[in-house]
Amino acid sequence: MSSNIVLEVSDLNKSFSGITAAHNLNVSIKKGEIVGIIGANGAGKTVFVNMITGYLKPTSGKIEFLGSDITGIEPRDATHIGLCRSFQISQVFMTMTVKENLMIAMSLAKKSGNQLLKPFQDEVISNECDKILDLYKIKDQKDLTVSTLSQGIRKLLDISMAVVGNPKVILLDEPTSGVSVEEKFGIMDIVISALKQTGTSVLFVEHDMEIVERYVDRVIAFYQGEIICDAPPKEALSNEKVIEYVLGH
Amino acid sequence: MFKDIFKDTSVRILITFMVVLCVSASLVLPEWMQNNFLYGLSRGLAVLGLMLLWRTNLISFGHALYYGFGAYAVALSQKYFGITDILLRFAIAVIAAGVLGFMLGFILKKYREIFFAMLSLAFSMVLYGLLAKAEFLGSTDGMSISPSTLLGMELTREYLLFLIAFFVICTAVSIQAYLRSTLGHLTTAISDNEIRVEYLGFSVEKAIHIKYVISACLAGGAGGLMAASLGQVDPDSMVNWNVSGELVFITIMSGSGNILAPFIGAIVFEFIRTYAFEWAPQAWQMIVGGTLLAIIFFFPGGIWSVLEKIFNQGKKKNVK
Repeated sequence: MSSNIVLEVSDLNKSFSGITAAHNLNVSIKKGEIVGIIGANGAGKTVFVNMITGYLKPTSGKIEFLGSDITGIEPRDATHIGLCRSFQISQVFMTMTVKENLMIAMSLAKKSGNQLLKPFQDEVISNECDKILDLYKIKDQKDLTVSTLSQGIRKLLDISMAVVGNPKVILLDEPTSGVSVEEKFGIMDIVISALKQTGTSVLFVEHDMEIVERYVDRVIAFYQGEIICDAPPKEALSNEKVIEYVLGH
Repeated sequence: MFKDIFKDTSVRILITFMVVLCVSASLVLPEWMQNNFLYGLSRGLAVLGLMLLWRTNLISFGHALYYGFGAYAVALSQKYFGITDILLRFAIAVIAAGVLGFMLGFILKKYREIFFAMLSLAFSMVLYGLLAKAEFLGSTDGMSISPSTLLGMELTREYLLFLIAFFVICTAVSIQAYLRSTLGHLTTAISDNEIRVEYLGFSVEKAIHIKYVISACLAGGAGGLMAASLGQVDPDSMVNWNVSGELVFITIMSGSGNILAPFIGAIVFEFIRTYAFEWAPQAWQMIVGGTLLAIIFFFPGGIWSVLEKIFNQGKKKNVK
């Protein structure tokens, strides 16, 4: 594995009761690279993300992260080694405020047993959270209960909770799904610029080709559990197979 | 964990309540009420344990398992080792129930909702069956407990009440410190979204296991203190399913808003039962059931929500 590669997937397969959801997937992700994963519904994009982050165990194949085999890792262990994710439907704590959500994420990211036993309202943690809230432009909403907020704010919170531990790789599952057209570029600008600052590699699943074209360095296109194209955005979006099976023109 | 704990409003209210209760029980109130306070405070500890689980959306229909286990641990420690010291009795009850909770927790942490509730009940009924059949444990007649001592001196009911109030303060303050910690806040987080907690890098099962053991310790301690207060342990009054039902009943009646709520709820329950039995010996359960129905319909947040409303209204009036 090249020293520049942070994540490498080799011959990864996944089947559910005989139905193939992922077939011989081979992908390498470099440090700081931003990769878009595209494909029609059921193409295997989320299965791929779920296998990498431990939500699903692969039927066969290998996943290496920073040179270590992490195939079949538990989700919480993936987080500990620096492989985090956000979700298609924001997974946040609805009855808590924005800041409380982030403070829980931050306290758990400290990885020390002592931090868990310390009073939750810790000044150091609170200040660190304020910086992240500022970076993700959700500081104004910090004292509001999450259930009262828009999808866009929830998405930003979901992503900011995933990055508190400074992950090496983050997988974003449809970061703009359920977000209004007016909000989507604003959200992606905030997220991508924040992640670029930390040099985090990003893999994001996306249906919106405008977003893909604008933000990614590379596109991986899926069709029926297989990778049909892995190329820079312009080349990928003009690829015949991608046009036929993904874009549907 | 305990940093600034005595600046916490809930802790201050709890301590004030316990002091007022002990002073009034000792100087003003009739003697028979001391028993209701003794039983209410003891049982309140088990309710506090159930409240902890409830905050994670877990209800146990079998907490009498630990309540009874703690009580029988006290009885056995007296039978085989002659232990009557109240401090040792409390410690033995807490440790015995904690160890049992730790072991069963490996199974229960994997279950949620009705499966968690009923599995707890199943374990408690296994213990009930064993106790009812075991002649060396007194079978259905149970075992008697001699009066508690402290440093070799026999305790009066009054002093026993003071000591139980002291145990309640120590325990409830520790629970409040736990609830204020990040680990305690995971309580709400887990009930909100287990997947997110896992992806933040913490094991939900581990958090539930910890909480379950704490809850078992509290129920065990409650059983130990109840055994010391009653002077008797037997399967029907300590481990049977209706004992678990009463604990759940008091938990709902109390509400989960504050660490003091379980103790107020448990004391109110003792008084409702006493008066209901006095007024309608043949139908006292109807009065108790009716009370719970009224609370569920009119005050779903329990007695604590009513007290909170009264307190807040009083505050508003003062501001005006």
